[in-house]
Amino acid sequence: METPIYTEYHPRWLRRRVSTYWWMQRRSYFAFIVRELSSLSVAWFVVYLLMLVNAVTHGEASYRTFLEWSAHPRVLLLNVASLFLVVFHAVTWFSLAPQAIVVHFGGRRVPGSMIAASNYGAWIVASAVVIWILVRA
Amino acid sequence: MKDRITLQVARYRPEKESETTFEEYEVPYTKDWVVLDGLNYVKDRVDGTLAYRWSCRMGICGSCGMMVNGEPKLTCATFLSDYAPATVRVEPLTNFPVIRDLIVDIGDFMRKLVTIKPWIMRQFEKPISEGEYRQTPQEMDEYKQFSMCINCMLCYAACPIYGLDPKFIGPAAIALAQRYNLDSRDQASSERNEILSSHEGIWGCTFVGECTKVCPKHVDPAGAIQRYKLSAALDSLKSFLMPWGTS
Repeated sequence: METPIYTEYHPRWLRRRVSTYWWMQRRSYFAFIVRELSSLSVAWFVVYLLMLVNAVTHGEASYRTFLEWSAHPRVLLLNVASLFLVVFHAVTWFSLAPQAIVVHFGGRRVPGSMIAASNYGAWIVASAVVIWILVRA
Repeated sequence: MKDRITLQVARYRPEKESETTFEEYEVPYTKDWVVLDGLNYVKDRVDGTLAYRWSCRMGICGSCGMMVNGEPKLTCATFLSDYAPATVRVEPLTNFPVIRDLIVDIGDFMRKLVTIKPWIMRQFEKPISEGEYRQTPQEMDEYKQFSMCINCMLCYAACPIYGLDPKFIGPAAIALAQRYNLDSRDQASSERNEILSSHEGIWGCTFVGECTKVCPKHVDPAGAIQRYKLSAALDSLKSFLMPWGTS
């Protein structure tokens, strides 16, 4: 690793190393690491959806095999755990959104709570549409 | 009669030590005593060799930042009574080299601060006879929050990214860049863009968000960085979709 240009040569300065386990030193650091890792769950659900589409395109038998595989306890456990992590991912990002998005309306800055609320609103609408499609079928 | 509390203070005396050691001092305190008062008591009455920085003792100068029980704090605004009767552990700010005891070297930040050009720059200066550059209260509100930074370095001590990658420009420097970028009198945001949009700039930040939580002046450096990411991403999208330019 290239040595960063940090300070000039001061042999008596004490340079402390960051611990490998820095993310366990504070609860907020741990929550951050979980939030970052939960993106793997998002990726897993994309893969799972592609597998489902692939199974459907190969006919009924293939679809049934996929359903049986999905009902396997290990796959079920993976999906339930992924669901929790994806919800955690969404909630933590929605709570951070007001810091990144600044909207002005009528010459005034829209309060952060409204930005977060609009994210949750969009989530509820999208979920309602999905539920409507499922129930209608 | 005053209550007493124990301060566990990190010592680093480079002439005889190669690692931090801790010394315990029992100090008296009243309800209005802050950690800095405790350190001043030690310096005046117990051990005059203790080294630390302080100046204004009212949250303006930004020089008394230290780790108090592992959290970056301004010691002039951290009350001993909030920790009593437990021991209070005082250490130098993390992520910076320690010069002596509680004193760290912040030269790295000072060098980075200059690179983002924290001053108002104009493409065209109007003659003095035309008067000052006026600003509406709304225009001032755009950047005022970021102008409250006192360079206390608590955000750098709280940022794990800066700890892991010292090349990262860091929260305060980027927030101060935004302070000038969002100022209606400034016309040089493009000059700051190159350094801010580099890997060591905004894209080094992974939005841990601790810088904002520890900031004693409510500057919200994490917000400044994410806002810049958003505008930089939109700008690059615009230049991709409309390579001939928008203006």
